[in-house]
Amino acid sequence: MAIIRVENLNYQYPNSDTQAIDNVSFEIQAGDWVAIVGHNGSGKSTLAKLLIGLMAADSGKITIDGQELTPETVWQIREKVGMVFQNPDNQFVGATVADDVAFGMENRSVDRDTMVTKVDQALAQVGMLDYKNREPANLSGGQKQRVALAGIIAIAPKILILDEATSMLDPRGRQEILSVIQDLKQQLNLTVLSITHDIDEAANADRLVVIDDGRFVEEATPKELFSHGQQLVEMGLDVPLPEKLKDALQQRHVAIPQSYLDERGLADWLRTSRLNK
Amino acid sequence: MNKVMFGRFIPGHSWVHRMDPRAKLILSFLYIAVVFFANDFWTYLIMTVLLLASVVASAIRLGVYIRGLLPLFWLMIFTVLIQVFFGAGGHVYWQWGWLVVSQNGLNSAGLILMRFVLIILISTILTFTTQPLEIADGIESLLSPLRRLHFPVATLALMLSLALRFVPTLMDEAEKIMNAQRSRGVDFGEGGLRQRIRTIVPILIPLFVNAFNRAIEISTAMEARGYQDGENRTKYRQLKWQRVDTASLVIYIVSLSAVIGLRYFS
Amino acid sequence: MATDITFEQVNYWYQAGTPFAVQALKDINLAITPGSFTAVVGQTGSGKSTMIQHLNALLKPSSGTVKIGDRVITNETKNKHLKPLRKKVGMVFQFPENQLFEETVIKDIAFGPQNFGVSEADALVLAKRMAQEVGLDESLLNRSPFDLSGGQMRRVAIAGVLALEPEVLVLDEPTAGLDPRGRLEVMQLVTRLREEQGLTIILITHQMDDVANYADHVIVMGHGEVIKQGSPREIFSDPEWLEAHQLGLPAATQFAYKLQQDGFQFDSMPLTVEELADQLAPQLAKEGIDHE
Repeated sequence: MAIIRVENLNYQYPNSDTQAIDNVSFEIQAGDWVAIVGHNGSGKSTLAKLLIGLMAADSGKITIDGQELTPETVWQIREKVGMVFQNPDNQFVGATVADDVAFGMENRSVDRDTMVTKVDQALAQVGMLDYKNREPANLSGGQKQRVALAGIIAIAPKILILDEATSMLDPRGRQEILSVIQDLKQQLNLTVLSITHDIDEAANADRLVVIDDGRFVEEATPKELFSHGQQLVEMGLDVPLPEKLKDALQQRHVAIPQSYLDERGLADWLRTSRLNK
Repeated sequence: MNKVMFGRFIPGHSWVHRMDPRAKLILSFLYIAVVFFANDFWTYLIMTVLLLASVVASAIRLGVYIRGLLPLFWLMIFTVLIQVFFGAGGHVYWQWGWLVVSQNGLNSAGLILMRFVLIILISTILTFTTQPLEIADGIESLLSPLRRLHFPVATLALMLSLALRFVPTLMDEAEKIMNAQRSRGVDFGEGGLRQRIRTIVPILIPLFVNAFNRAIEISTAMEARGYQDGENRTKYRQLKWQRVDTASLVIYIVSLSAVIGLRYFS
Repeated sequence: MATDITFEQVNYWYQAGTPFAVQALKDINLAITPGSFTAVVGQTGSGKSTMIQHLNALLKPSSGTVKIGDRVITNETKNKHLKPLRKKVGMVFQFPENQLFEETVIKDIAFGPQNFGVSEADALVLAKRMAQEVGLDESLLNRSPFDLSGGQMRRVAIAGVLALEPEVLVLDEPTAGLDPRGRLEVMQLVTRLREEQGLTIILITHQMDDVANYADHVIVMGHGEVIKQGSPREIFSDPEWLEAHQLGLPAATQFAYKLQQDGFQFDSMPLTVEELADQLAPQLAKEGIDHE
């Protein structure tokens, strides 16, 4: 079942002469992890904001979980979708970790006893319970993003949108947050839509949607897309190590397989090749 | 800038730290109001003893409080001098042209200095032992009767708490921008007034632009998290009035009543 | 004259003399030689940013000495005399686009030199050259910097530092937040500046691939101390140590360690994809040989 359906979506910024989103259509199935990739300025983040009605599309139709997005349904749709933004500081509105997790529940007038339980629960799920009373100034970027995730799962949404949520983190913070998201997706049966440049984040996805100049370019599995080699840089992604190595080996006249291999696959192939020499 | 102690929070678990911010706010206000009733040795003695007792109960060394007073040193000197020279009446000790040092002048200078120090110290106890956010919560709670008059107390409190939340972030940012501009050859704090104003521009513009962009992102994030109406929200944070608060209130009311009693009935 | 930088037993306390005093740097000793490319790595909070602020005397050591060229800076050094150092050592801070403030791109780039006595006319000429150097299109020069894209703003900021014509360029995570294409372009610019103009480069980074690809000296910081120094090869030869200090390996090196367990032989651990391929190729079947 398609949980997100986008049909012929268009959007143009008020002071711009080009379409930021140009007739985009796609579907996302419930329970999938889909990554939207594209270089900076390709319209990815605009798309994310349109999906939960933070901006209104000029034309086109967005359906979330069977409900069409209109000014009347926008608050109901936001019950179903949680969004983590790029800058860890600018979405941390609570004075302490616990306050921030409670923010979304306070907005929905959840009674205090329930909040107290859920705040602890959500913080435990993202591994931040020990930091419950800390202030944001004393947290790393990765920790702030985990708090943002806790605030979202406390609302129990069906869909999680990550708008370049790892791009301002150091490699360690990035790894941590990705593994937390993987766990949460499993436990809570979430649909994940991640907008990203990060190759590891993209590799986690079931499918990738490539956007360029506001247009839908292609949709593929990571395996299909990663075999594009150098072209990936134009799509806003790094070339994965196995692809770089295959390129370099080919230049040294080593016979290499054409299809995409991940690190483990390439290591297996290399071992076989060595034994066959 | 880093050495300013005034208005900072010092974490701890003392009697005063554990008190409800509402109690601390009420007691501070009462104290400041009653300071103006004190007018002789005995009343000031009670006020001073009450203050020192509170300092002890805060488990923060007196030296730290004194250091908190230092930035205000010149202001105090200035106020005292004004009082000394312009409080006329009584025995004249010294005169030079229109400058007169009289008994009344000295008396009122001493009085003002004493009040000044007591008021600063009592507010410093409040800020040393209470996180800004708790103060905001306390104010919200104390103002909550105004809700009946459709005054947006909750929205105001959220604004205040957001502002407090971003103070460290913006201070940090201001420092980063200053460092960047110093690296591009800007001399801060040098030259005449015009030069100084000119050096502020490269800080203020980026600071405003960034703060503005930040505000837009924050409001987007708040909206995405379901914030629509400031007033119909539940509250996670709750204040608890405990025995320490009642006990402190009793001690203050007894001492402060004594001051008023001494002034009017002795 | 070439500018070298030396730290001798440098200590730094934030808010020294208050109850909040925190020691941010402990007994730092290091040397940056002219023309070198030094990478500074370490976890967030390891003291990297405090350390680099000593490189152009934004901070003075609480104790110990920093030598920048022929200038010696100690705790007693008067702030007045430090300005010329800022011209010698250019600083590109993290997210440098946050320092832009002028009405136009060209004016912003020309701002720095004018603070050092360059005339407005000369500064604008210089600015134009630097804009070209960082690959900014001429049509952008009279636009407001706030109308540009994030990547373009970053270039304007870098050009504004280059316009000081420094001998040493310090860059604090200059690629943070950029997409892969933008990251590559910034690193290519840095390499070119070093090769063509002989700039000394100090790069603060989390990207171990950049360390392997570009640096010839690495300083590892942890808890305010220099915990290791050496060539990239020396630093990356001890994966257990790096793991223990929560630092990564370059992707190629990491992969090579895995292959080593599969029986591949490496004379020295490869740091880049090219080195890895060089060492792997002789151990593999060549094209045209049937190996399925």
